[in-house]
Amino acid sequence: MNRFLLIASFFLPGTASAQADVEKQIQTQLILAEDGDVIELPAMKIYLGNTLSLDEKKNVTIRGAGQDKTILSFKGQTQGAEGLKVTNSQGIVLENFTIEDAKGDLIKTQAVKGLVFRDITARWTGKPKKTNGSYALYPVQCQNVRMERCTAIGASDAGLYVGQSDSVWVTKCYAKNNVAGIEIENTTNAWVYENFAAYNTGGILVFDLPDLPKKRGGHVKVWKNKIVQNNYRNFAPKGNIVGKVPPGTGVMVLATNDVEIHDNYIMDNKTASTAIISYYITENPIKDKAYIPYPSSIYIHDNVYSEGKRMPTWKNKLGFLFWLKFGRNVPHILYDGIQNPDYLAGDGMVKPEYRICVRNNENGTFANLKAGNKFKGISRDLTPHDCEHESISFDR
Amino acid sequence: MLLGFWAAAFSGPAGETESCKTGRGPKTKLSEYGFFAGNLSDLKPATGVFTYDVNAPLFSDYAEKARFIYLPEGTQMAWNDSTAFQFPDGAAIIKNFYYPNDASKPDAGRRILETRLLIKEPKGWKALEYIWNVEQTDAMLEVTGASFPFSWRNAGGKVQQIQYVAPNINQCKGCHSYDGQFVPIGINARQLNRENSDDNQLLMWNKQGRLSLPPGFKPETGPRLSDYRQFSGPLVDRARAYLDSNCGHCHNPRGPAGSSGMFLDISQNNPERLGVGKAPVAAGRGSGNRKFGIVPGEPGESILLFRMENNDPGIRMPELGRQLAHHEGIELIKSWIKEMK
Repeated sequence: MNRFLLIASFFLPGTASAQADVEKQIQTQLILAEDGDVIELPAMKIYLGNTLSLDEKKNVTIRGAGQDKTILSFKGQTQGAEGLKVTNSQGIVLENFTIEDAKGDLIKTQAVKGLVFRDITARWTGKPKKTNGSYALYPVQCQNVRMERCTAIGASDAGLYVGQSDSVWVTKCYAKNNVAGIEIENTTNAWVYENFAAYNTGGILVFDLPDLPKKRGGHVKVWKNKIVQNNYRNFAPKGNIVGKVPPGTGVMVLATNDVEIHDNYIMDNKTASTAIISYYITENPIKDKAYIPYPSSIYIHDNVYSEGKRMPTWKNKLGFLFWLKFGRNVPHILYDGIQNPDYLAGDGMVKPEYRICVRNNENGTFANLKAGNKFKGISRDLTPHDCEHESISFDR
Repeated sequence: MLLGFWAAAFSGPAGETESCKTGRGPKTKLSEYGFFAGNLSDLKPATGVFTYDVNAPLFSDYAEKARFIYLPEGTQMAWNDSTAFQFPDGAAIIKNFYYPNDASKPDAGRRILETRLLIKEPKGWKALEYIWNVEQTDAMLEVTGASFPFSWRNAGGKVQQIQYVAPNINQCKGCHSYDGQFVPIGINARQLNRENSDDNQLLMWNKQGRLSLPPGFKPETGPRLSDYRQFSGPLVDRARAYLDSNCGHCHNPRGPAGSSGMFLDISQNNPERLGVGKAPVAAGRGSGNRKFGIVPGEPGESILLFRMENNDPGIRMPELGRQLAHHEGIELIKSWIKEMK
């Protein structure tokens, strides 16, 4: 069955009661949707007071009339933490609309198998501020997620944020003025390619965090992205992990295993063009015994970095430390150097399968920060990292 | 086939409106079920319908609740020691939300705002939301819920004004969810194991044939939440009961907030899982610039308290079901964290 349900737009858009009628009509359609339905949103700006929600549906599409035509505004939201919430569903497509100014997340999807976000603008209007919601597009505990040609602006945590999911493709998206542009967290099998992450605090983050039901992420490939001028001030509320990301971060890998970063264009990120760090750098306590706080099997190759010198931020402990250590010439690729004793072979060297490999990066200066040694004896020698891992294959 | 089921669920002698109950699908009006005899707003249970009470109620903007269960004739609930009791098809859980017209004057009557129904169908539970009319003669089905301004005089004599919100059907499941399946919340042993007037509720139902109990069941050794409204019993028990009923239905490994890694259900005994020294995962501005879920001895530094105290929809917890902060609940959790070492 494949019905097309057009939300009537004959209401006068100006009046509050007409707006409430449209909201009610959309929510009714979402509740009554049958398998295969396409719910078409009207070409108008709609002010909503409550979260729109879709639950336990199969093969339902929610389609706007275009990102500049259908605008769901949650500016006056009084109920619910999200703009749109999709849960416990399969085969969901969200496309062709703009969603803005929710109190919490703009679109949160949880426990959805087979999910497409396509041609969606998700943004907080006005100057980026800490009272903006956390995530623009937020699939969590989902499987087979595609985000393509989406734009995320102004998230006080992450613009495009994939958490505790499996099999994820993020491509041709644009993330700007978020704290984190794109974040892949405790997620397995993610392919992040041909995106544009610019003017965020951090461009692309690949994180594994403790205390979560999905313990380990990894097998993440980040390639052919443009990661440019991510020097925006960090406006995340304190307490959140991204609040610790220094302004001027291009790519950051935190405690994740099996990550390949290659053929990216990583320009003018002033503090850490590419950082590979353990969870210890966050100085948060670790009580989760199943958690492995170290990055491993990382392969950074064939990226292009900017020429010349960069002055790291002072508005962050790490940035300030980099300035103390490197002055106005902070290297591009920074590894904290904190070793997992379990990853060492008998000779004291890291076993090949766990190594941090760095090869053939244009202008790719490097430093091992020796953070475990209180940042003493920082080494710029790339020889211990002159290695390679098998390239992660691209599953479409 | 569906019709066959509804016919099978049909109970009592035909022709009586009281006996129509859950048969033949969702009704437009609450009165059509025949759950109540006489004036609908008197909420006088009809045959097969009986009241239940819980030890630790969910806070919902100081609304009071009249709770009922309907069991088709000859059926009973089946015991479970930790999750919701099993119900026969056709059963219903009926929860009426009301405010006294004047909380300081018990005789001044009440205003019923909504009735939430959970109906057990063969494929699972179905939630239905009914909104009462001002005349209090009936309540109408509203799949999208409702939102309207409402005010009442509280026990302190003060007029309280809120935008009252009745949830839509999807929002019902925002809380009533376990492994993605719709489940009742309060109908479990630890909530229902309580003394009503002179008898234990569970024993009474067992005697009436409404509930199976395990052999040798004794109320005093059975699961039981503390009634946090009574200022007696250990503080930790009252606090954990409060968290279990107000947070634990989402914040458990198989609930909607499982992704947060913060678990507040009564079975949780790992301090880190409860939030002690736990950094937030996706709290965003819900963190309130605080670093951990719970900081022992420091309620003012605990995110848990910040979210209970805040009324901003992007910050407050629970996400749904309240516009107002629950002062008594906040004081309870504050004391608990203060005494925590």
